[in-house]
Amino acid sequence: MKEILENSIYFGFFITIGAYLIGLFLKKKLKSAIFNPLMIGMLIVIGILFLTGVDYDSYQQGGQFVSGLLTPATVCLAIPLYKQLHLLKTHLVAVAVGITSGVLTSALCIFFLCQIFKMGHEHYVTLLPKSITTAIGMGVSEEAGGIVTLTVMSIIITGITGNMCANGLCRLAGITHPVAKGLAIGTSAHALGTAKALELGEVEGAMSSLSIAVAGVMTVAVVPVVAGWI
Amino acid sequence: MKTVKEISLILGITWIGDLLNQLLPLPIPAGVYGLFLMLALLCTGIVKLTDVEGTGNFLLDYMSPMFIPAGAGLIRYLDEIKAVGGIYLVINVISTMIVFVVTGKVAQFVMTRSEKKRTV
Repeated sequence: MKEILENSIYFGFFITIGAYLIGLFLKKKLKSAIFNPLMIGMLIVIGILFLTGVDYDSYQQGGQFVSGLLTPATVCLAIPLYKQLHLLKTHLVAVAVGITSGVLTSALCIFFLCQIFKMGHEHYVTLLPKSITTAIGMGVSEEAGGIVTLTVMSIIITGITGNMCANGLCRLAGITHPVAKGLAIGTSAHALGTAKALELGEVEGAMSSLSIAVAGVMTVAVVPVVAGWI
Repeated sequence: MKTVKEISLILGITWIGDLLNQLLPLPIPAGVYGLFLMLALLCTGIVKLTDVEGTGNFLLDYMSPMFIPAGAGLIRYLDEIKAVGGIYLVINVISTMIVFVVTGKVAQFVMTRSEKKRTV
């Protein structure tokens, strides 16, 4: 059974899309933010791999047909950004100040939470790049002496949190301006959050896309400075 | 034909992004290089919006499921999750929410302040 599943690349391809479809269906039926299609999709795939015993690398032979589209999709984030470029010019100060405050808050939050939970230097630097996109975050973590696998795990948890809570947090905190929403989502939850921002609207999507790049590069500069704090 | 042209353009730019990622010693991923290259090409008019918009919007509309394989990859870290998963979950969720609210509130504060100035 396990071999038959592992021998077909369409198994991984199909369950990835199928799991997302089930997630979309549940969200439509149950109308609750907890039923995030992405989150449900991940859990279903993990469940299937767990039950069938298919290992992750075999699954990824098919899964890569879906995840491999991520880089071209990131390139296409330039499209909403180009269409909303006038907004960037109008709100340049808010964009710069907003993203900078987010990047610094992230570093301070990790510092204080690591103090509270008595985490050592290794865990501290592992967590520092958790709000930025995986491809940048992995490098930053490695450079600072962190545990790269745990950084990847943190980046995913962070992304899911932003993706799931975006609407609720905006409502709770009274963030109503679409530019502010986009900056908040992209700075706190990178590309995974941006997928949600694009669903909210083109302005949110454009500002979130911009934040991925700017917050990512800023974090590269900030981490070496604060890494010695713990 | 039009779709094939769109796909080629997007993949070509993605590939150049990947080349830059390999050639330049900066920790910037291929997608981010590609994003800025695409933006520059659109701004200079070398690539028209209509040349990439159809396929581009398709990719953006279906960006969420593209993260499923990476998320399912957590299955490889079961030992780490058992050891420190709980504490990492707490730290990540709390800090993400704080960063989210601070960024949004600060940006909104700056915008409303400058808008007020403009109307006064």
